[in-house]
Amino acid sequence: MTENTQYMSAVIPDATSESEKRAARDHRHDAWFRRTMLGAALLVLLLLASIAGSTLWGGALAFKTFGFEFLTSTEWDAVNGHFGALVPIYGTLVTSFLALLIAVPVSFGIAIFLTEVAPPWLRMPIASAVELLAGIPSIIYGMWGLFVFGPFMAEYMAPWINDNLGALPLIGQVFQGPPLGIGMLTAGIVLAIMITPFITSVMTEVFRSVPIALKESAYALGGTTWEVVWDIVLPYTRSAVVGGIFLGLGRALGETMAVTFVLGNAHQFSASLMMPSSSIASVIANEFSEAYTDLHRSSLIALGFLLFVVTFIVLAIARLMLSRLSRKEGL
Amino acid sequence: MNNLSLADEKTKIQVRGLDFFYNGHRSLKSVDMTIPEKRITAIIGPSGCGKSTLLRVFNRIYSMYPKQEAKGEVILNGENILAPGYSMNRLRSHVGMVFQKPVPFPMSIYDNIAYAVRHHEKLSRREMEERVEEALRGAALWDEVKDKLKQSAQSLSGGQQQRLCIARTIALRPQVLLLDEPTSALDPISTGRIEQLITELKEQFTVVIVTHNMQQAARCSDYTAFMFMGELIEHGDTDTIFTKPSKTQTEDYITGRFG
Amino acid sequence: MSKADNENLYRARAFKNMIAMVLSCGATVFGLLWLVWILLTTIINGFQALNLRLFTEMTPPPGSEGGLANAFYGSFLMSGMGLVIGTPIGLMAGIWLAEFARHTKLGNAVRFINDILLSAPSIVLGLFVYTAVILPVSALTNHQVGFSAIAGALALALLVIPVVVRTTDEMLQLQPSTMREAALALGVPQWKLTLQIVLRAAKAGVVTGVLLALARITGETAPLLFTAFGNQFWSSNVLKPIASVPVVIFQYAMSPFDDWHSLAWAGALILTLFVLVLSLCSRLLLLRNRAS
Repeated sequence: MTENTQYMSAVIPDATSESEKRAARDHRHDAWFRRTMLGAALLVLLLLASIAGSTLWGGALAFKTFGFEFLTSTEWDAVNGHFGALVPIYGTLVTSFLALLIAVPVSFGIAIFLTEVAPPWLRMPIASAVELLAGIPSIIYGMWGLFVFGPFMAEYMAPWINDNLGALPLIGQVFQGPPLGIGMLTAGIVLAIMITPFITSVMTEVFRSVPIALKESAYALGGTTWEVVWDIVLPYTRSAVVGGIFLGLGRALGETMAVTFVLGNAHQFSASLMMPSSSIASVIANEFSEAYTDLHRSSLIALGFLLFVVTFIVLAIARLMLSRLSRKEGL
Repeated sequence: MNNLSLADEKTKIQVRGLDFFYNGHRSLKSVDMTIPEKRITAIIGPSGCGKSTLLRVFNRIYSMYPKQEAKGEVILNGENILAPGYSMNRLRSHVGMVFQKPVPFPMSIYDNIAYAVRHHEKLSRREMEERVEEALRGAALWDEVKDKLKQSAQSLSGGQQQRLCIARTIALRPQVLLLDEPTSALDPISTGRIEQLITELKEQFTVVIVTHNMQQAARCSDYTAFMFMGELIEHGDTDTIFTKPSKTQTEDYITGRFG
Repeated sequence: MSKADNENLYRARAFKNMIAMVLSCGATVFGLLWLVWILLTTIINGFQALNLRLFTEMTPPPGSEGGLANAFYGSFLMSGMGLVIGTPIGLMAGIWLAEFARHTKLGNAVRFINDILLSAPSIVLGLFVYTAVILPVSALTNHQVGFSAIAGALALALLVIPVVVRTTDEMLQLQPSTMREAALALGVPQWKLTLQIVLRAAKAGVVTGVLLALARITGETAPLLFTAFGNQFWSSNVLKPIASVPVVIFQYAMSPFDDWHSLAWAGALILTLFVLVLSLCSRLLLLRNRAS
């Protein structure tokens, strides 16, 4: 039996006006609280609009001066004030797609390994290693590319590629070039290593979200691991996998440091992957601090605007595809 | 628990024509009910009958959710708490609630109790310590925690955490205690202790307890209300409800014909 | 189907499966190979250039000895300021999303935009700070204030915000709604219970988000290139250009000077170690929180 102290009968003593005041004050504070938090959230929206707006404004001079030609001209002449974005755009697209070409199958393989093949004790370490790769700052990739991988390519890979693949009819042109080690191919490979962890982690997370019952019933019917992945897991997660790929593409398009070191900052158009080029981000990074004319600077900002628009679209598609899967789960 | 009659009791809460709408769907239908003062009233019924909904009207906790709405009258101390001008703050100092799953605040045991009191009243350090002790004694927890008041509340067991939540609530000295399935997440021994506590609590508070466990209602309460599909089917003293119910639906539920 | 046909079919399927398994193992080994190669390179080259001078001397002109002290300080200063500016905004927006806008249209729009900002090219963020902050301020102060540490910090803050918004939103939503209801039932106003109870309960997760944001901004180069610019000397003036580790690495690595190259490697090693340790800490914090 517990010991009960003598309670006052529970009537709040003369507190009505006090509690009314407190209630009104609480209500006011709550309203302010909500408004302030909302303000911060709206700031996020405002930020995006401002980024788009300011880069457009900064690039307006270039757009007005060159018009549509800005997108199609390969000229990049700082002295005479002629700037055309085609080479950087081309370089960005080629390196990004090359990176995807390499990264997607590799990420897919690693994701399958992590979710279906690896024994449980191996999963955590490997997943951590993948995360480690994602955490390495991109400038480290750039340095490694410049000082280690580039020379490696120049000495071992480039001559082989030039001699063997360069001799192929039709597509051989793409593989011909001096063994510089620097160029679209090297940059594409470095980019691929950079974006692999991102795509892998999206794919792994997405594969893990497949209901176990679905996979177990497929296994129970005698399906091999590969069949379960190809026929059950992939179709179930299809949009999210595409979303993950687009996410990787978005990152690749905007990547600066990893590419700037190994792409070469050349403004000549070249069809060959072995030749140097430039990407939008690398041009801006290399030239902005030395751009002394308004037109030069404006052209660089205009490039930034283009990059922003393209990545926005790609990332928006990625987000839409990824949220389709979570909606399916009722998340 | 014999010789009880609703008609003889003093009314604490009077419910008249209460409708409740959940996202447009009417989940409480014209409920009329009297909650007697300083007694334990149990509300029982099958899943989805509206018993928790009704309980949550008594402290208007539903109003934090935009798609939920109550219409009708609920009179407490002579005032309709559903009236638009009625202060939520005042309501919640008169009516306290303990939830199904014990959720201690991320603070020490002492602070858990003192937290809300600090918001409502200005007490000196000495007075606060007395209030905390009073609340913990009232919840039959004092002896177990008096030496570790500064420890995190998360270190307590499930049953202890629930008693902490009860202490937290009675620290504000409310008039009414609402208990929403307070033992359904606990083991049998903790359940037993809390049931014993509940029977003691009626000396100071009007208690309304929602439970899906009929035996618990039969053990603890003075009066029982049976609800089904959003309607109050029968309400009377517990003995009568469980031995000689007057409605067939009540009898069917009691005897387990449906659940 | 005859028994032989069944056998053949099964063998074909098993073969396909084996190829797939081998390829997936191969892909994993392939990926790990690059990780090891990059890490080893950084460690070996960086280690060779490690010495105490790194922390005591300033960035030198080519041909002379020196260190990275001013760059470390600059990074430290700007990362700190970036966190101080970005975290509160991120926290508040995250609170709004989790407490007031879980399923609303505006809330989902904000989450959508935030996710895009999360992966947006950081160089564009630098351009934004340049056009929207540096140019006007420079004009207003008659070119006295242009490239500056505070501008660099702003650019970094823009990187911090989306990370903190997302983590805060997710961590707060994980808290049981009963905790909020219990506090409300005690008469505690929403602003108080959100800050003192819900946020406190989610503390570990939120701190993890901040650590992740820190790890991210420490390694960023592009947004600092034309905001903080760079400074050969020690500076603690937030209104003037300032050095930072990634930018110095960029500058030195791209140069033709060997001693600058070794300094760049040393900086790269320190940077990588710092980021990896941070990520490890935030991982441990999250695990410990999940265990309790």
